[in-house]
Amino acid sequence: MNAHLAPKASQAGSTQVGPVLVVDGLIKDFDGRVVLDGLQFTLAPGQSTALIGANGSGKSTLLKCLIRLIEPSAGEIHMLGRDVCALSPRDLRAFRAQVGIVWQRHNLVPRLSVLSNVIHGVQARMSGPRAWFQALAPAAVRSEAMACLDRVGLADRASARVDSLSGGQQQRVAIARMLMQRPAFILADEPDASLDPQTGEEVMALLLSLVRENGLSLLMISHRLEHTLEFSDRILGLAQGRIALDLPTAQADAAGLRRFFDHQEPA
Amino acid sequence: MTTPTVPTTLAPPPRFSHRSLPEYVGILLVLGLVISSLMATAPALDKLSRGIARLFAPSGMLMQMFPPDFTRIVPIGWKLLETLQMAVAGCFLGLILAVPFAILATDRLSPHPILRQIARAVIALFRTVPDLVWAIIFIIIVGLGPAAGVMAIMVDKIGFAGRFFAEAMEETDVGPQDALRAIGASRMGMIVSAVFPACLPSFTATSLFALEKSVRGSAALGLVGAGGIGVDLKVAFDLFNYDEALAIILLMLALVIAVEQGSGWIRKKLI
Repeated sequence: MNAHLAPKASQAGSTQVGPVLVVDGLIKDFDGRVVLDGLQFTLAPGQSTALIGANGSGKSTLLKCLIRLIEPSAGEIHMLGRDVCALSPRDLRAFRAQVGIVWQRHNLVPRLSVLSNVIHGVQARMSGPRAWFQALAPAAVRSEAMACLDRVGLADRASARVDSLSGGQQQRVAIARMLMQRPAFILADEPDASLDPQTGEEVMALLLSLVRENGLSLLMISHRLEHTLEFSDRILGLAQGRIALDLPTAQADAAGLRRFFDHQEPA
Repeated sequence: MTTPTVPTTLAPPPRFSHRSLPEYVGILLVLGLVISSLMATAPALDKLSRGIARLFAPSGMLMQMFPPDFTRIVPIGWKLLETLQMAVAGCFLGLILAVPFAILATDRLSPHPILRQIARAVIALFRTVPDLVWAIIFIIIVGLGPAAGVMAIMVDKIGFAGRFFAEAMEETDVGPQDALRAIGASRMGMIVSAVFPACLPSFTATSLFALEKSVRGSAALGLVGAGGIGVDLKVAFDLFNYDEALAIILLMLALVIAVEQGSGWIRKKLI
């Protein structure tokens, strides 16, 4: 395993004491329509947390607010020891480099090779032509990208065009690109949504292994009950813009959770 | 499965939908504009028929054109090569410079709305003014010869390709761009890594069309003294050497067809 893929003492859940994410009074409204209504929660490091809720409950908005892809209307966010809402544009770029995102759609650049797409992840910490395409990348970056591809089991497809891969393989490439960032925190927006059940399970297992083996923290939006129960340590349920459920997965009741997945707002 | 043929009592809808008074007024105005334009500018039939008869008369231009005179094919060939070189050089410079203008003109990639408006205005200006006018302007600046033609083609191509490049960049999937923005990639990194590869087929098609357009345009630029084969064509007409003029026209046609065939082949291979 490449050096950066090994758990870092500063990031590993077992050694970091304080919370990795603190959300306090987070409000987001779109032209007066309140989507997030004073959210308040904290996340411990090195944990996998599932965020569940009906369509339109504000899950994706919350994820985007956490790294200010959408600007919060009010409230405070402290992630990885940074006051996210107070960051200048330059500091925000540096902060985002520490947060890996796995999107519902893999969002890879279709005409490029698998390796070039993975190397794009290095743009989190390096700019200029050497981070644009695999042909221009330094040997160390290429070798790190290969290690990331190896981590997701696709090292043998490095030179293939990314749009020639299956949906599950493309999602794995997106995870390899995310690893290339060397993130300390992973946000995942329904990473299994567009995948068949078995492939979805493999991708979720891969994400959980990054938490268990690399000590990363994971906050994922989940829309599959079985994945929520199998791949998370803690469950946060969002309803009407508020935290309506917060419990360890071990104590979760499948029947109670089902209301969130059946798109019925809990009473 | 057979089509049901049972008669129905339902009446079909009216053939023409009802239009409001302003719509009728609009239609009448458009018709009036077309008819008045034809009456004011279209050639009278008798004048046209007399002209065609003169063209085919034994001393007419068409008769004097045949057979085409290829005795000066070597100097004409060199001029054709110069025409092609003007087209390639002008097109290359125009396409390179069109990229930054196009980036500045897009909604998502432009760093500031004012820059976007300026870039769009410049592209519109370059596209609107005909290349012959640009050629005259550059003849004043750099003098007679192919350099003025190259500059004219370059400016024309910035207008042509700038618009299409910008449209292509606007239409690309924003997902990969958002993904790179979310990890803190620079604007330039995002554009080169995510936007350009996605736009490659469109950029290639536009560039090849631009080259075809440049070759056709560069032949005409010589008419105003901006280099290329157009100068020889003008001289041949001025000296009533219609047979040589036809030879030049046929060689220009061969060049344009060759470029169009070549670019069509490249388009098929690359896209």
